Amino acid sequence: MFPRLLPVLFAAVLVLSGCGDGGSDDNTQASGVAAANAWVKATDMNMSAAFMVVSNSAEEDATIVGVTTDLTDTAELHETADGTMRPVESLTVPAGGSLMLEPGGNHLMLMELTEAIDPGQEVTFTLEFDDGSTFDVTATAKDFAGGAEDYEGTEEH
Amino acid sequence: MKRRALFGGAAAVGAAAVGGAALGGVMGGADAAATGPLTVDFHGPHQAGVSMDPQAHQSLLALDLRPGIDAEAVRRLLLLLTDDAERMTRGRAPLADQEPELAAVPARLTVTFGFGPGLVATVRGRRAVPTWLGPLPAYRTIDRLEERWSGGDLLLQVAADDPTTVAHAVRLLVRDSRAFTTVRWRQDGFRHGAGTHRPGTAMRNLFGQVDGSANEAPGSRAFDEIVWRTGADAWLDGGTTMVVRRIAMNLDTWDEVGRAGREFSIGRRLADGAPTTGGSEADDVDLEAVDARGFTVVGPAAHVRRARPDDAGQRIFRRGYNYDDATGSGLVFSAFQADLERQYLPIQARLAEQDALNAWTTPIGSAVFAIPCGVRPGEHVGEALFT
Repeated sequence: MFPRLLPVLFAAVLVLSGCGDGGSDDNTQASGVAAANAWVKATDMNMSAAFMVVSNSAEEDATIVGVTTDLTDTAELHETADGTMRPVESLTVPAGGSLMLEPGGNHLMLMELTEAIDPGQEVTFTLEFDDGSTFDVTATAKDFAGGAEDYEGTEEH
Repeated sequence: MKRRALFGGAAAVGAAAVGGAALGGVMGGADAAATGPLTVDFHGPHQAGVSMDPQAHQSLLALDLRPGIDAEAVRRLLLLLTDDAERMTRGRAPLADQEPELAAVPARLTVTFGFGPGLVATVRGRRAVPTWLGPLPAYRTIDRLEERWSGGDLLLQVAADDPTTVAHAVRLLVRDSRAFTTVRWRQDGFRHGAGTHRPGTAMRNLFGQVDGSANEAPGSRAFDEIVWRTGADAWLDGGTTMVVRRIAMNLDTWDEVGRAGREFSIGRRLADGAPTTGGSEADDVDLEAVDARGFTVVGPAAHVRRARPDDAGQRIFRRGYNYDDATGSGLVFSAFQADLERQYLPIQARLAEQDALNAWTTPIGSAVFAIPCGVRPGEHVGEALFT
């Protein structure tokens, strides 16, 4: 419990957060992937979004082509371009780099929710890659009043 | 007054955790930027924020559980707050923080959690609430307690050497608590500014008195014996008990008292906190010493005489913070002790019965909390309460 000097390197926090991984084959896209800082917006409405940093230690890009969760059958990959959110076919985690999923940017979109997502609830998401491999991420639900409020996909910010 | 050669920069700050009763010289040549990156481990056998030289700024928050919040919801709340505390005490932004830059300067940030009787009852049932976990006995001779400064289900002690860090941490913790709790009270306080005094220097309260002289040095064996619980309930093994008292101080009537009267009321010299019977701040008070006329040097009602333990078991660790705001001036007094009934109550009863300082001080708030044991990585605070 003694103070120590901390190198302030908080900007790129890519710590493995004990998240499971669905892929077991070492040569899959999922095998090079890690996720950190995963959270999902708590809500009692029928829509929400999830955010995280996905990193890729492999020498090839990893391409996310889908996401599934027990919360809903309607989970999509979204991007935000020109202030408008819209579904995309895929999101790429560059080789040796990372993909930010964040409010106001790329995110996982959840629709047609039938139950509330309570603050502090842990929600598992399965990311699907274009080689068929999968990666499980556990996200914590948090109250959030910020920029991801508008889900219509047509609103200009 | 003892003055010592001063360490430079980080070395001086690194010594902060050692604490102790040494007298302060004035800090010189310190590198102010050295204090910002300092961190205090959140994890360990004991919660952080108790066994350390207190930070310059502190907010205490008492939260009340909302109606309908059950044990499962309390667990989710503690998961969220533990995660926030883990991140922020390392100088990292909590999840969903929209002002992450404000988390970048930990400045020895600690977040310490205390459970009131309401939370323990919610999680484990009324019968699990320890007998001492509830309001202190009413001290009718001195207490003028106000609801707005008393009680609470969940205590957050948030402290750092940078007030901006404290404000941000409080903001994030309250935001994540909002679905589960309402804020019952908040008490902000300050000690001497970071870098202005040698680490380990006892602070001065707004009466000008050296406050906390008799404290054992954090980390010492004596400190550990006074503060940490062993055995008993598993969730408190390695924990402690905490009393928070808001003590209003009447600076105007104190103004009317001369220097000799002030020193006589407490039994210590104002200049350096040493007993009026001589020696230095760290020395024991000689309660038997008499003056030329045969009167005891330390009067019968002097604070040091009344606060002095009847036996070696009556020891506490004080962590006081001054307050000075629109509500008045005074001291946010915190005391930590392993056994509240055995260690704290006898002292408090004696002071309520007679203490010269009572002429100028009024307790206006009071609360008791159980400080659960420390947190291991992967756990949430108070996890043992749920098993």
